Amino acid sequence: MSTSTNAPATGIRANPDATRRRTIARNNAEKRFRAYGIGAIVIGLFFLAVLGYSIFSSGIPAFSKTVVEIDFTLSEEQYEAAEGQLFKTKAYSQYFIQSLQQRMAGSAENVEFTEEATERLLGKVGSTLREFYRENTDQLGQPVKFSLAASSRVNGYINGRITRDSMTDSRFLMRSDLDLVDVLRGNGIIQNVFDWNFITGADTGVDNPGAAGIGASVIGSFFMMLVVLVLSLPIGVAASIYLEEFAPQNRFTDLIEVNISNLAAVPSIVFGILGLSVFIQFMHLPQSAPLVGGLVLTLMTLPTIIISTRASLKSVPPSIREAALGVGASKTQAVFHHVLPLAMPGILTGTIIGLAQALGETAPLLLIGMVGFVATGYPESFMSGFVEPNSAMPAQIYTWAARADYSFYEKAWGGIIVLLCFLAVMNIAAIILRKRFERRW
Amino acid sequence: MKMDSNKIYKSEAATSHLPGMLHEAAKPKMRGENVNVFYGEKQALFDVNLDIGANEVTALIGPSGCGKSTFLRCLNRMNDTIDICRVTGKITLDDDDIYDPKIDVVELRARVGMVFQKPNPFPKSIFENVAYGPRIHGLSRNKTDLEEIVVTSLRRAGLFQEVKDRMHQPGTGLSGGQQQRLCIARAIAVSPEVILMDEPCSALDPIATATVEELIDELRENYTIVIVTHSMQQAARVSQKTAFFHLGNLVEHGDTDEIFQNPREERTKNYITGRIG
Repeated sequence: MSTSTNAPATGIRANPDATRRRTIARNNAEKRFRAYGIGAIVIGLFFLAVLGYSIFSSGIPAFSKTVVEIDFTLSEEQYEAAEGQLFKTKAYSQYFIQSLQQRMAGSAENVEFTEEATERLLGKVGSTLREFYRENTDQLGQPVKFSLAASSRVNGYINGRITRDSMTDSRFLMRSDLDLVDVLRGNGIIQNVFDWNFITGADTGVDNPGAAGIGASVIGSFFMMLVVLVLSLPIGVAASIYLEEFAPQNRFTDLIEVNISNLAAVPSIVFGILGLSVFIQFMHLPQSAPLVGGLVLTLMTLPTIIISTRASLKSVPPSIREAALGVGASKTQAVFHHVLPLAMPGILTGTIIGLAQALGETAPLLLIGMVGFVATGYPESFMSGFVEPNSAMPAQIYTWAARADYSFYEKAWGGIIVLLCFLAVMNIAAIILRKRFERRW
Repeated sequence: MKMDSNKIYKSEAATSHLPGMLHEAAKPKMRGENVNVFYGEKQALFDVNLDIGANEVTALIGPSGCGKSTFLRCLNRMNDTIDICRVTGKITLDDDDIYDPKIDVVELRARVGMVFQKPNPFPKSIFENVAYGPRIHGLSRNKTDLEEIVVTSLRRAGLFQEVKDRMHQPGTGLSGGQQQRLCIARAIAVSPEVILMDEPCSALDPIATATVEELIDELRENYTIVIVTHSMQQAARVSQKTAFFHLGNLVEHGDTDEIFQNPREERTKNYITGRIG
């Protein structure tokens, strides 16, 4: 009796050494696997840090601009005289340079602000001044504080991106101009300020990088996301509920299911072509409009939302459905009173993933005219925001990245920061909503 | 096979003067005639003929896969939710054919309630769990009405004393036995005539089981109860009538005492004595 019960035990422990070796090997394997896991996470974090560093180090300068702040007084006689001349803005520039030289008195013996140099540094000052005084004639004779944006290259010099050694003389900036900048800096009238215009403004032409802003495209993206949310969430959820809870299981529904999965994998540019031919060429919706962009992105987002919604509906235990049916709820009541609320957190997660994908999508926008120079300000009213030509954030970033001027490169990185902030806001909204629905008890 | 079950049906009628006194006078509450159930190609029930007497507890026993749960779920058409399930024959509730296309399945399920194997309260408060049924069926005119229904149902389910101070706490926070009684309260809140119970105690410990069994015995006064159980002792304790299923056939059915003490069929005897199962 005792031998028969002990026999298998001694069989296993017949060789204590072998057992110990196996135990050690097993424990080592476990430790190794944990190390791999930690290694993978560390690598991931490293790349995240690199990404964050490169985005912020390149993008932060986009949020600042260099301005020359100067008090300037124009008398009525000077105004009359300037307006009487043939080259009126030239006259204004002259006044400005005179005033600048006076302001520098003492420290500016060695340098001379020529008209050309001033234009290279501060752009067309003359026309800025003239525009101001023509509209505000009551300001004549009084000191007015002008804040003139310096060119992006001056900004680069102030920020240390451009040095005397690294630069070459061009029609944009000469080495001699840097002496002028030094003098201005010595007098404390040139400085870096936070560039609100970058956040609120619209795109500019290629020759004026300093004034380019991403604000208009933020509005464009906002309206597109609104269209995507309003269309794809109800359509996607309705489709998934029908497929998951009501549709009979047959070849036809199988076919639909397979095709939804396939649609999720279709390259986004294909949706762009579809949008171009259907929404613009066939339905004659306006080009470059966030409405069309939103419709195209809706098509792109729907499969993602349907797949994730179905997954979360599936994860609701069938006992809940049975319980509801058992007390005499109809199928629709069971779904809407019990299953859908429980699936809501999952649906929201899927929706936010879909929206985030759509937010970062550029390719389909290429084809419906939302990429390129779309210099519009803000839409006139809320509704016109859907149909007025606009760009979107990723499209704007793409446009800037393709331009030659280095400042646009900075602007592109800055745009990415704004895009990420937009995304963060969306995610936080989703998390808050999910927490509210997540009262599973 | 058909002959066999018909014979049982007749012999049941002949023995109905035995202890089931109610049965003799009253018409059966529910009646299954030649019920066949198919899951796709596979037939799960063969020509089942079974009467369910009013205000009695009828226990359905038999080994796993014998079709007892399938039959139970036919009684309130829960099988409708399974796409491939097909039912032939006739099942009546007070002479109404429940598979008649004119019958609204929601109405039917309000009349024939169900308690499931695993306690499945809604992830809502205790109050909401019980109030849900009356609310969707419009059984209450106002809030006071609804509260009264909830309290009465919980009281009938023997749960009120335990939960009266935490009506608005989650029903899922109760113990297993309490949850099952909550599910019973939820079922009786819509004033059903018949309550179907699918192994209601299989997930409960013996003490909770005893409480639920006691409750079933009390509920018999107002409701007709059909209970599927794996425990022969439970069937013997709570039921007045017992039906033994084997391989999709109703082998034998009659008064519980009779089935357990003096089974007519060899298979019933073997099952009860533990030789098959």
